[in-house]
Amino acid sequence: MAGTAKSKDPGMPPELNARLSELQAQSRSPSRQDVAEVVGEMLQSLEGDLSEVNLKVYAELEGLAKYILAAKREIAALRPDDITSEHLPKAADELDAIVGSTEEATNGILQAMELLESLTDKMPEEVAEQVTNAVTQVYESCNFQDITGQRITKVVKTLKHIEERVEALVAAFGDEIQKYREAHPKQEQQKSGDEMLLNGPQLPDEAGKQAEIDALLASFD
Amino acid sequence: MSVDMNMNILIVDDYKTMLRIIRNLLKQLGFNNVDEATDGSMALQKLRDKDYGLVISDWNMEPMTGIQLLREVRADSKLKNLPFIMITAESKTENVVAAKEAGVNNYIVKPFNAATLKTKLSSVLGNF
Repeated sequence: MAGTAKSKDPGMPPELNARLSELQAQSRSPSRQDVAEVVGEMLQSLEGDLSEVNLKVYAELEGLAKYILAAKREIAALRPDDITSEHLPKAADELDAIVGSTEEATNGILQAMELLESLTDKMPEEVAEQVTNAVTQVYESCNFQDITGQRITKVVKTLKHIEERVEALVAAFGDEIQKYREAHPKQEQQKSGDEMLLNGPQLPDEAGKQAEIDALLASFD
Repeated sequence: MSVDMNMNILIVDDYKTMLRIIRNLLKQLGFNNVDEATDGSMALQKLRDKDYGLVISDWNMEPMTGIQLLREVRADSKLKNLPFIMITAESKTENVVAAKEAGVNNYIVKPFNAATLKTKLSSVLGNF
C-alpha cells in the first residue's frame, strides 16, 4: 500500500515500522492494547539512545550543578564584596597608621639623641664617651623602623593581591551577590555594655584630640 | 693612602629615618659632608652634578632601585670607579650575587650596627 510505504520511517527500528504498518492496514481503529504495545516498543527503542552510562553521566552532571549552585550560595553568604569594600581597605589603613606612628616615634627618638650627642662637648671626656656609645646603640636600634616599614609594605602588597582575587570572584558571580545582599540585609553586629567601648586605637584622622577630650570633660562641670 | 674625611658621601634610602641614622653614624665616624637622595634617579642626578667619594645606597626604592643605580653608575664613564656600598634588608644569596656582578664594592645587611658600617667603610676606602 502506498500509505504504508509513506509512513515508514528509516530512523525507526524495523519491528516498530512493521507493527505500525500492520495497524495502519487494519480497517478498525487500534485498540488500547495495540497503542500500549506500540508505545512500549517505542520506549524500548529509546533506551538504545540513552544508555545506562549516559544516564549516570546526566545524573552526575545534575548533582554537580546542584553542588555548584549550593557552593555559590554559600560563597555569596560570606559577602565577598564586603571583603574588598570594607575589611581589606580597613586593614591597609591600620597598617599605614602603624608605619606612620613608628616613623614619627623614631624621628622623635633620633631628635632627642642628636641633642644629647651635641651636648657631649660640654661633658667630661669619660662621660661623653659613654653617652656617645649609648647614643650609637639607640641609632642602631632605630633600624627597626625601616625593617618594620618594609615588612608592612609586603603585607599591604599581599592584601592588595587578595583584594584583586576577591574582586575577580565577585565579578564572576555577576548579580548573584547583589541578589543575596537584597534577600539577606546585613545585620550589624550588636555590641553591648563594655564591649561597645572596645574599639582599639583610632586611625589618626578619626582619633579624638586631647583638646576635644578636655572640652568634653569640661562640659560635665 | 689616607682617607679624605672631607669627601662628599651620598646616602640613598627612601626611609627618611634611615637616612638620618646613617648620617648620624657617619658623623660619629668623622664624615660630615653627607648628602641625601630618596631614590636611584635622584641620586644619579646628584652624582652627575657634584663630586662624591662614596655612595651608600638602599636596594628597594621607587622608581629607580639601588641595583639600577649601581648599574647606571658603572655604565657612566665619569662615575664608573665610584665606591658603592649597598645597605639593604635584601639578604638572599641571589641579591648579593647580583650586586657583586653589577660591581658593588661592599654589602651591608639591615639591621646593621655602627661597627659593621665602620668595617665596611674601611674595607672600601682604607683604614681611617
